[in-house]
Amino acid sequence: MKKNTLGIFGLFVVIFLATAILNPDFVSGYNLQNITKWSSLFAVISIGVAFVIITGGIDLSIGSVVGLVAVVMSYMLTIEGFSPSLTVFSMLCLSAFIGLVHGLLITKARIQPFVVTLCGLLIYRSLARWLTDNQSLGPIPRDDQAGFVNKEFIEGLAAIFKGKIPITETFNLPTPFIFLAVIGVMAAIFLNRTIWGRYLLALGNNEDAARYSGINTDAVKVIAYIICSLLAGIGGMLFAFELNSVQPAQTGEFFELYAIAAAVLGGCSLRGGEGGILGVIIAASVIRLIYNSINMLGISSHLEFAILGLVILCGVIADESIKSVMAKRRTAQVNAAKK
Amino acid sequence: MGDAPKPLLEVTALEKQFPGVRALHDVDLTLNQGEVLAVVGENGAGKSTLMKILAGVYAADSGSIRLEGREIQIRSVREAQAHGIALIHQELNHASNLDIAANIFLGNELHKTGFLNREQMHAEAAGHLQRVGLEFPTNTQVADLAIGHQQLIEIAKALSVNARIIIMDEPTSSLSQRETRNLFEVVNDLRSQGISIIYISHRLGEVMELTDRVVVLRDGENAGELVKNEVTHDAMVKLMVGRDLSQFYQRNVTEPGEVVLEADRLRTSAHPHCELSFTVRRGEIVGIAGLIGAGRTELLQTIFGVTPTVGGVLKLDGRELSPQKSVEAIDAGIALAPEDRKQHGLILQMSVRENANLPRLRVDQKFGAINFKSEMDVAHETVKKMDVKTPHVEQVMQYLSGGNQQKVVLGKWLAMNPRLLLLDEPTRGIDVGSKQEIYKLMEQLAASGVAILFVSSEMEEVLGMADRALVMHEGAITGELGRDQLSEEAVMQLATGSQRAA
Repeated sequence: MKKNTLGIFGLFVVIFLATAILNPDFVSGYNLQNITKWSSLFAVISIGVAFVIITGGIDLSIGSVVGLVAVVMSYMLTIEGFSPSLTVFSMLCLSAFIGLVHGLLITKARIQPFVVTLCGLLIYRSLARWLTDNQSLGPIPRDDQAGFVNKEFIEGLAAIFKGKIPITETFNLPTPFIFLAVIGVMAAIFLNRTIWGRYLLALGNNEDAARYSGINTDAVKVIAYIICSLLAGIGGMLFAFELNSVQPAQTGEFFELYAIAAAVLGGCSLRGGEGGILGVIIAASVIRLIYNSINMLGISSHLEFAILGLVILCGVIADESIKSVMAKRRTAQVNAAKK
Repeated sequence: MGDAPKPLLEVTALEKQFPGVRALHDVDLTLNQGEVLAVVGENGAGKSTLMKILAGVYAADSGSIRLEGREIQIRSVREAQAHGIALIHQELNHASNLDIAANIFLGNELHKTGFLNREQMHAEAAGHLQRVGLEFPTNTQVADLAIGHQQLIEIAKALSVNARIIIMDEPTSSLSQRETRNLFEVVNDLRSQGISIIYISHRLGEVMELTDRVVVLRDGENAGELVKNEVTHDAMVKLMVGRDLSQFYQRNVTEPGEVVLEADRLRTSAHPHCELSFTVRRGEIVGIAGLIGAGRTELLQTIFGVTPTVGGVLKLDGRELSPQKSVEAIDAGIALAPEDRKQHGLILQMSVRENANLPRLRVDQKFGAINFKSEMDVAHETVKKMDVKTPHVEQVMQYLSGGNQQKVVLGKWLAMNPRLLLLDEPTRGIDVGSKQEIYKLMEQLAASGVAILFVSSEMEEVLGMADRALVMHEGAITGELGRDQLSEEAVMQLATGSQRAA
């Protein structure tokens, strides 16, 4: 495990134990189940943005993609009555297409990632509101809606997306955790064991040198944006079923910030070229854990963002200082070896 | 001048350490009033580091600097200026959108409570311009000036802060012959006005002509000092490389084989009006000489597919090739060790293993999965074959010395078995020992049939290693010199455009 991942894991343990001691309700099956569920949901979208951040880019549109996919999926399932499998498939295509467009605009039209995805944030959110006339809706059809004929199938989907697998009497494992486990393993394999993962890390560190080594840097970058939007889309479907009521103006709002925060806290440098999947997953859990602890300990929920901000800041400062100490030690070693 | 009893500037036991490399060790230097002192040495000998310390760009780790016998601290460029020391960088850094007066006073603007005092600045700037022999209106945009004139503006800027010591870092590396003559006149003028000049150059001919005394650095240490009639070409080179020349550049020229690379009226995007035609044969080492900005790097980048060709034909082994991306050139058997190793050659934050394998991962994979075993084998093999001094293959590149970094760059390409090896300033910024190893490697590769085309700004390197040299000037090939025709004078004449060979 990387030093950074160990550090963030340590933070997780500290917050967990402290809250557990201060409020025994924290470790109740119901609460742990809740934390697991929300952590998994946010970790999925955080893994996506981690890929983009590793290339040295950024994706601000994640929350809006979550919102758009949640809205369009609910719309197709309930009001239009499309086949659920076709709907899920088209949502995967839609989100991957969004990523492809982002990637092409960034690599071929040479527009900065911040600008491209900021526009995406505005466009997708607005489309979601326009499409539904800003009325809230859910994925499960009512009996007066066209999608009612598919109700059983859709409820089956819901069981996959927001199901609970009994583990103990009080703790059920939420199915988003299974999604996270599968996605996390695939992402880690992709990043660490394939040539494309190596290329991502290489170009994030030094795009020119990667290009001079014969790497098609543009293609690799586009792949990163596709992964990011695709995972946001999967997140959108998971969130839609989880929330059961999708608000076109609100669902997914600010999720990009949670995702970016998790990626940074989990060891991805916004300079690019650095990051690991496990760290990001743990960091996403830490963020949910902090949120939960604030509730459990009766701290004003208005302080949530302040505490979160401070934790991330301290985490990054600690990370940087460890790095500079390591660098000094390394230099000393190299010099010692020379003499 | 006479025998100055007390030097103006006295540097003793200077030390400077960078991550992975000892840039300066126990370096001494003295400079007298009104003296032109040359500091020479191979690339990476520590000249630039030493000058940057004097100019306050870097801080020394230890050692003392005395000015008129008084110990001084130079912690910033501003403090250096306050002591009367000014550095004229090799790459001129003007705000080229501003006019001459604004550039001369950049950072030291004359003002009345925050409002610029334009009249006074223009008036004073005109005076400084006169001292360097320029007669432009002071409201001329610097971007409109020739490079040689821009250099003189830098000198005028140094005079404006009352510099007593002016350091010139390779001032002639991009100047034409006429501009160089002009600069020499200004330097001689300044000397007669009592200003001391530290002159850094690779052009030993210039050094002999201009300077009174030469300090030679080698691998960050004092290698020796030459005074007046001791200053000869051979004496300087011998001190610079620390051994006999014949031993340093070992080139056993053999009869070259068939043509590997052929350029026919090739045009690059940097100089689209120039048509370049030349060949490189199997087992041949061809050098490309020329001034900075002559289009040499751009030529290599075009062959390597980093920048697409604008016109003309490029053939490799008789097959036409017009690479749009470097991957196409690589697949055809071309490799490039770029000039800027840190920016283009290596991923500094990654390990030796990862860097040594970067180009070849693509050809050794199954469904995208990295073959970790062969990756490790190649890494170990590279370290062994290239004699890379690293504690282990997982060492992060940035902690290796320049020479070892360059060996990894070459190693990663040799793992691809190239037919044509392009080397852009192959020994820039590396120690003399590694240099010799790289020359030996070039020799071995040529003997094994690789065609080598290298760009070098170091005269000795071109003279020592090239079987044949192409000389470029302003984007065009102005001449081709066989090994028996190669001399500093012949190369410089072609490089500065003062003579065009038939």
